[in-house]
Amino acid sequence: MIEGARWRRWVFFNLPLVLFVVGLLFPFYWMMVTTVRPDAELYRPWMAPNYTPFWTLNPTLDHIRYLLDETLFSRWMLNTFFISVLATVISLFCGLLAGYALSRLKFPFAGSLGTGIFITYLVPQTLLFIPLADIIRNFRLGDTPWALVLTYPTFLIPFCTWLLMGYFKAIPRELEECARIDGATRWQAMVYIVFPVAVPGILSAGIFAFTLSWNEFIYALVFLSSPEQKTVAVGITSELVRGDVFYWGSLMAGALLGSVPVALIYSFFVEYYVAGITGSVKG
Amino acid sequence: MVIDSVAAARPYVAAPRRGPVTRVLENERWFAFFLLLPTAVLLGLFIAYPFVKGVMLAVTDAKVGVPGNFVGLQNFAVLMNDSIFRIAVWNTILYTAVTTVFKLALGLWLALLLNRHFRAKALTRAFILLPFIIPTVLSTFAWKWMFDPTFSVINWTLFHLGIIRTRINWLGDPQLALISVMIVNVWRGVPFYAISLLAGLQTINPELAEAAAIDGARPWQRFRYITWPLLLPVTMVVVLFSVIQTFADFQLVYILTGGGPANATQLFATYAYQVGVGTGLLSEGAAISLAMFPVLLIVVVVQLLYIRRVETH
Repeated sequence: MIEGARWRRWVFFNLPLVLFVVGLLFPFYWMMVTTVRPDAELYRPWMAPNYTPFWTLNPTLDHIRYLLDETLFSRWMLNTFFISVLATVISLFCGLLAGYALSRLKFPFAGSLGTGIFITYLVPQTLLFIPLADIIRNFRLGDTPWALVLTYPTFLIPFCTWLLMGYFKAIPRELEECARIDGATRWQAMVYIVFPVAVPGILSAGIFAFTLSWNEFIYALVFLSSPEQKTVAVGITSELVRGDVFYWGSLMAGALLGSVPVALIYSFFVEYYVAGITGSVKG
Repeated sequence: MVIDSVAAARPYVAAPRRGPVTRVLENERWFAFFLLLPTAVLLGLFIAYPFVKGVMLAVTDAKVGVPGNFVGLQNFAVLMNDSIFRIAVWNTILYTAVTTVFKLALGLWLALLLNRHFRAKALTRAFILLPFIIPTVLSTFAWKWMFDPTFSVINWTLFHLGIIRTRINWLGDPQLALISVMIVNVWRGVPFYAISLLAGLQTINPELAEAAAIDGARPWQRFRYITWPLLLPVTMVVVLFSVIQTFADFQLVYILTGGGPANATQLFATYAYQVGVGTGLLSEGAAISLAMFPVLLIVVVVQLLYIRRVETH
């Protein structure tokens, strides 16, 4: 693709690409180094002559130990996991049914309903969190995981529906019609014929929904109050920052360990994840 | 004769007997209704209802534990004269505009780089997405620690490269704080732009660019007159999503500065949180976050119209 001398490839391609990669990944490297750095080194000003930013010669597991023994970190992980899985399942269920109806069935107001779901897709959480907190209180869901299990689908369903509609549209109608002629009901044709073909789409939507739930912050921050109910992001923010004191080592350990489930799922399903992003954009 | 007619009727007799539920579901409209029901209930309860409730809250003087009375548009009138609110509006617009330009430019650049063939391409692409998938709050803490004025690795690097002479107080200086917040937002957003635009680039037939090259088009001309127009529809959708997310951003600023110093990085969402949850003035907080709505609506409508126009061309 690149014409000309070798140095051109270096200047216009290799160098910028390396800079991008380093710039995008450096904060994660910094997280890792901070996690294993002893406090004596951690709180050494950058002006100090013996400041060694990029490595440590005395790695320690103290911060991780503090995080696991002195905070409710493992509880927060479990909470987040429970909430994310349930919210994902609910959203996939709703998204599958709604996506099928909107892409395959003819009924009055189908178009405007589709637009309505697309618009809710564009409503950010920060627009509704104050009245929603009130509603959660009235339903007596405050400070329980159910507050999040039921509200996360509001931003996941539109996304799942939208993504799955794209997949359903690509499945030939003949496939379903054959099953119908053989005596399958509408429900059977949908569940046994169309859904299995859309499995890659379901995986993409599920993985994406899971990572979005894991990432959510403001609802968790506002709806949960007791330490043992919190999610990872909120727990770390409120329990490892006390007033002006930041427990940097444990904070970074928590950030690192808290990212592991998402990173793992992501690494197994990169292709599906990328398909999820591009599918959500193309619609 | 009798036997014949029985044989003809058999397929109908042999068809499975269907209960009343199945019969209702066989009607296309009822089927669609039941399929959409769970979604409609959840979205109605937790999007439409809170929206209405938000509007109702915003026209009262409710506080935490106090139902409040109808006060009309007083909350909005108060906001108009609230200097912090004005700062928040201006900051939000600036924050959205500046970061969107940078995210688009850098994301496009990265997408063009990734669109070439090189070793370890799949691996590079997978790693590049990390800032986007790692929970924002968690990665933002890493940035907060990198920005720490006393222990900053960024300051150390810049100092040893000879670019700065004294320490830079990234988050403590009112002028710099907004820029620092923008840097983190761009960092987090670039991968999303790059990967989406890369997908758009891959749908463009390379023969077009090759034909233009044979006709003597320079690389810049090929990009300007072939790649860019074909990429425009995808770009518009990516920008639409990103603008909405950025406009309503909360987590980043909440973690990095909490809106400070002296409200220098206050955005719509952080100010709404501070007033509605921090101070407990529910109605005013609801009014602040609702004030986002008209602006978002305009952005969405303009972009959707533009996308439609681009697509019909």
